[in-house]
Amino acid sequence: MNQFGKKNEVIVVGGGLSGLAAVMRLAEKGCHVKLVSVTKSKRSHSVCAQGGINAAINNKGEEDSPLIHAYDTIKGGDFLANQPPIIEMCLSAPGIINMMERLGCPFNRTPEGNLDFRRFGGTLYHRTAFCGASTGQQLLYALDEQVRKHEVLGKVERFESHEFMRLVLDEQGVARGIVIMDLFNMKLSVLKADAVVMATGGIGVIFKKSTNSTFCTGAANGRLFKQGMFYANGEFIQVHPTAIPGIDKLRLMSESARGEGGRIWVYGDSSRTIKAPNGEIVSCGKTGEPWYFLEEFYPAFANLIPRDIGSREILRICELGLGVNGEMQVYLDVSHLPDEKKEKLQSILEMYQKFTGDDPRKVPMRIFPAMHYTMGGAWVDWPAADDPDRWERFRQMTNLRGCFSIGEADYQYHGANRLGANALLACIFSGLVAGQEIPRYIDHLTTSYHETSSKYYEEALRLEEELKQDLLTRNGPENIYHLYDEMADWMTRHVTVKRDNRDLEATLNKLKELRERYQRIGLDDRSQFANQTYIFANEFGSMLELALAITKGALLRNEFRGAHFKPEFPERDDENWLKTTIARYDPTQSEPIISYQPIDLRHLKPILRDYTKAKKVKPTLENIPANITLPV
Amino acid sequence: MADSYILKIFRGHPTHQYWEEFELEMVPSANIISSLMEIQRRPINRLGEKVAPVVWESGCLEEVCGSCSMLINGYPRQACTALIEQMINTTGQNTIRLAPLTKFPLVRDLIVDRSRMFEDLKRIHAWIDVGETSSNSQPGPKIYPEKQKVMYQLSTCMTCGCCLEACPQVNAHSAFIGPAAISQARLFNANPVGYTQRSLRLRPLMEEGGVSDCGNSQNCVQVCPKNIPLADSIAAVGRDVTFQALNDLFSFPDREE
Repeated sequence: MNQFGKKNEVIVVGGGLSGLAAVMRLAEKGCHVKLVSVTKSKRSHSVCAQGGINAAINNKGEEDSPLIHAYDTIKGGDFLANQPPIIEMCLSAPGIINMMERLGCPFNRTPEGNLDFRRFGGTLYHRTAFCGASTGQQLLYALDEQVRKHEVLGKVERFESHEFMRLVLDEQGVARGIVIMDLFNMKLSVLKADAVVMATGGIGVIFKKSTNSTFCTGAANGRLFKQGMFYANGEFIQVHPTAIPGIDKLRLMSESARGEGGRIWVYGDSSRTIKAPNGEIVSCGKTGEPWYFLEEFYPAFANLIPRDIGSREILRICELGLGVNGEMQVYLDVSHLPDEKKEKLQSILEMYQKFTGDDPRKVPMRIFPAMHYTMGGAWVDWPAADDPDRWERFRQMTNLRGCFSIGEADYQYHGANRLGANALLACIFSGLVAGQEIPRYIDHLTTSYHETSSKYYEEALRLEEELKQDLLTRNGPENIYHLYDEMADWMTRHVTVKRDNRDLEATLNKLKELRERYQRIGLDDRSQFANQTYIFANEFGSMLELALAITKGALLRNEFRGAHFKPEFPERDDENWLKTTIARYDPTQSEPIISYQPIDLRHLKPILRDYTKAKKVKPTLENIPANITLPV
Repeated sequence: MADSYILKIFRGHPTHQYWEEFELEMVPSANIISSLMEIQRRPINRLGEKVAPVVWESGCLEEVCGSCSMLINGYPRQACTALIEQMINTTGQNTIRLAPLTKFPLVRDLIVDRSRMFEDLKRIHAWIDVGETSSNSQPGPKIYPEKQKVMYQLSTCMTCGCCLEACPQVNAHSAFIGPAAISQARLFNANPVGYTQRSLRLRPLMEEGGVSDCGNSQNCVQVCPKNIPLADSIAAVGRDVTFQALNDLFSFPDREE
């Protein structure tokens, strides 16, 4: 019972890894949770995470530690991320792995029966726990099972096949519930609660040619953005170096393929030259022989350089015409690996064979970079353990009071580039943190949602009903899927690996034009039952607004940092750009309003982000608080 | 390669289902999902009529989420891995038939409601009982690699419903829980902690609709997209259920292990 004589009531939107972690912890803390998800939670995009989850458990005798993990993460993110949350995430990682193991997640084992670890990008340590090559799926299932238990115990109520449409805010701007739509019968309804957690994942569908699931539209974050939520570091979009080309989606070929020893190469051409990362002009391998360009350019990290670097190098090689058959493809080769390593990769090798017909155990795979991950996201708060106002603020809370954001949907843990196998970690960690913070947030409330005037709920519902009627009756010539294709095509061409201010400006204008044309759509399906055309048309409006925020953030940021690469400005510029981008929606303006916030660098001063040298460093991280309490 | 192919789709609402054909241009590496996306963009049937786009479920498009199960040429499978060219080459026909699964309530077109599978997981206690997750950060029990391998494979079940669709014992006149849930009982009983809670999973499988309703047709193994040894699971759990029944009569908790 809370101070209002009621049970704490919380809504969690999103049934992926992060949402489920939050639901589990909230249920344990005695809250009643309503879990809203566009699909069965077992089908969430977390299933696509293949390679693993990082934790410096150090059982390979490498003297690894959580602080080295934090160092790698901060450096991997090119110093754009606030540092306190990263420190706590990395300190929590071993406990999180142990927790997942106890929940029954079938991690791979050493012959002795202990957890096994593989190597991943951006680190020199074996730090990545894994379940074959479908780690995300297995972690997700383990949490889904726990949530099912709480469901049976009456602590959790699931609203699957329901979509978040709008946050209900009261007169003081405090979140008091949401409006949802049943995706089968299209009915709108209201859910009420003391707090709302958004765990709606990334935005890959905005780019279409991505490794993301069809659910990852970004619409939920877009809707909140339009309701006043700050969207941070939107321009930082991760392009994964190795995906399988396809027309419906670009399927990921996990970094674990390289972690287990896979090598990237193209046929060399000694008549061509290229500028190596150390500045020397070198020839492009030997003609007719495999040229392992990443191994030559980055002898220390070789094929396991961070993803942004890998993607840029592959693009550079292909632009020289050295791709497979002159196309935009390079080889990723695991054919030389011993059978036991191939077995660890079985699920992804089978997938490659199913989609291409080629057996990667025998012939090299053909891969190319693809949009993969959203580093940016909802701005969320993080009072550090030793901040004087630690207990007056709430971690993972957006600028909309009572509305929290976690997982890929928030901006907090990866800075300008995410390291492989840190996403699953950040998802579980931020979910658990929200589960800890929310009961405390509710304790601070002076009124319960039971006292919120019904007019706020009615008004929110009315706005959504009107939008639905409006979209279903628009009678224009524009086809929503064609508009979408145009948006995705522009975003993929101009706002991924390489950015150019003229292109970005043109993209901004294109997006505004699409916004105009969106007013003149006419839907091919006007029925009121499982109408996917309408559902998508509704999502598209908010996706456009996020696309604008991403593009404008990229246009303004005149430097090269992590995944944000602008050849016109080829250096990281800490003097002017060591700051967080904050995008805000203003309905009276044609473009989002961009402002900046300083970055919290209290633990590690920015250093050069160099991956050409082999050196295991013992970093010194300063000012680590003594009073950190971890969620596991 | 032919220039075009035909998708013949059994679509509509529960009270009115009908076949409709769409002719599509052949594109390299096209699969069923990309074809349905094409229909979404240009929903014109073979008669040249503009119709409502076909609706279907999909998610990961790489066969790990279980969303896009449907009958493709009569066979239950995931639509994302169904490559058009390969199927035309195999059947020698340029028409591919799509229909919704039949063992679940129809929602619309190719969408069915598979909620019963998730309810079944509740019946068989498909989780490990542990204490509060914040109270203990110690590692779990050791598990040897050979056992982990089996557990991992069982754990790749994505609740897609293909095995239920193919099973002759799962039908409107039977309460049979089906292969997926039984195999999950095996998975959780294999866990060292889960083993101690096995009676909670085995007892529901003694009842009507439990493991003895399996007719051993082994269709489930044929259609499982993850190659899960479902028939082995049913056999193993059948044996465990028998032991549990005997233990319930003659044994005491301290004498089990």
